[in-house]
Amino acid sequence: MNGYVSALFDPSMPFVRNALIAGLLSSILFGALGAVVTVKRIAGLAGAISHAVLGGIGMALFLSATGVVPGLPPIVGAFVFAVIAAGIIGFVSLKAKQREDTVINAVWAIGMSVGVLFIAKTPGYADPMSYLFGNILLVSAKDLAMLAILDAAVVLLAWRFYPQIEASAFDEEFARVRGVPTDAIFMATLAVTAIAVVLLQTFVGLVMVIAMLTLPSGTAGFVSRNLAGMMVGGAVMSAAFTVTGLAASWALDMPAGAVVVVVAGAVFLAASAVAAIGARTRRRKAGETGPRRPA
Amino acid sequence: MHDEPATDTKIAIRFDDVSFSYGELRVLDGAHFHIHAGEFAALIGPNGAGKTTVLKLLLGLASPSSGTITVLGLPPKNARQSIGYVPQHASYDPAFPISVSEVVRMGRLRGSTRRYARTDADAVSKALELADVAELASRPYSELSGGQRRRVLVARALAAEPELLVLDEPTANMDAESEGRLFRTLGSLKGHATILVVTHDTGFVSALTDAVFCVGERGAGRSVIRHKVEPADHVANELYGGPALQVLHDTELPENSCCGGKEER
Repeated sequence: MNGYVSALFDPSMPFVRNALIAGLLSSILFGALGAVVTVKRIAGLAGAISHAVLGGIGMALFLSATGVVPGLPPIVGAFVFAVIAAGIIGFVSLKAKQREDTVINAVWAIGMSVGVLFIAKTPGYADPMSYLFGNILLVSAKDLAMLAILDAAVVLLAWRFYPQIEASAFDEEFARVRGVPTDAIFMATLAVTAIAVVLLQTFVGLVMVIAMLTLPSGTAGFVSRNLAGMMVGGAVMSAAFTVTGLAASWALDMPAGAVVVVVAGAVFLAASAVAAIGARTRRRKAGETGPRRPA
Repeated sequence: MHDEPATDTKIAIRFDDVSFSYGELRVLDGAHFHIHAGEFAALIGPNGAGKTTVLKLLLGLASPSSGTITVLGLPPKNARQSIGYVPQHASYDPAFPISVSEVVRMGRLRGSTRRYARTDADAVSKALELADVAELASRPYSELSGGQRRRVLVARALAAEPELLVLDEPTANMDAESEGRLFRTLGSLKGHATILVVTHDTGFVSALTDAVFCVGERGAGRSVIRHKVEPADHVANELYGGPALQVLHDTELPENSCCGGKEER
């Protein structure tokens, strides 16, 4: 731990500091967006978008390495695929609900497979693992700036449209009757998720984005009194998991992203177990003291 | 469009030869009925008869394939702000952290406005009182029983200070105590707002009911028919939140029966 703290302040190791700042900045995103993804139960949709992004990354690597589009950065391919995936999933979810599951799985699988195929045919060596699990030590100052801008946008949207987001997540039909543009809110949520996945794929990794969008806010959900509390709680949890995970990975010399997710997952499972036991105890107490039905 | 009838009572809901189909499936065929302002009406019919379709049409969540619908003198979409809607259950995630008063406050939501005003807070406390759930205001919604939740959803609808209150299967899976409280609430509202209760119980309705409309009795092309009711003394009061009326399915009242024959087709 001491080694991690001194590395943070070591001017010759800016990447350690950048990793921590990236972790803290993404915590804001994971808190605000993660709470919405969790209560709207669209983690599966977000998962499909994030995995489909590998297709775009693979295609960009291929086009760049073969000289078809020299210097095409992977993030451009990622962005194109994220938008296409979010568009398809959003359309099917709103217009053809009965096919939703199948289409989500198809987008998920095709996106990943296309990525693996392109990477296999790309001259030189590219490792799909580094995109799936990311490398938080690769964060640049430019990445941090983009992440801060996305944070600001997400916080502003969540603040400005909080009652509409809350109502459409709680009871979409009622929200529509009250004149809330629920479809637009849904599409905006998917779009922001897609952008977040693209920005975070380099350092958090595609698999971890989904873990961090659901685990911290899911944990916060056990103790929050409302959606805003869940957003703030999720951000705080996410920051705590990130700092703990980064320090532990430094001390144990293990991949940072994976350690962060293991910490988040373990705390979430423990919290779920405590909540389940607590609910059972409450029910039992109520059963003992509550009115008995006549035989 | 029809002119207002030559009676002193206003029409709250009017379906004018309304038809609706899901693709090839014809759900409503030439439905023609009206409900007066201040009336307590019941829309009954077995499951799958088209009650939900009638609801969606009058809330403006679906559009008819032909015919006209007028709600409070306006097209359904424009009348929404004056409609209090109580769904059968909120399609919510049981892990959604929210308090009862926050649920009720949703009834004050207007389009994309962010702020709630002082008047909104007053309407929320009034609605909590009216629906008899004031003592639950600060409780988490997820900890309530099914019957309590339904009454909270009634409070949410009342928070809009609606001219028309629409309740979808309000008593399904409700305990007798909650049902009694709900009908006391509805009884106190009767006359101040138009109330439409949708239920799959086709045999009996609450004695508060002024008019009964039955959906889905004309074979493939379904319509909405007005039936006669008579007091049902042999039915236990607690089953219908108070005294009940028996629906006489072999009767069909003419569409203009409520207006002394003056309501023209």
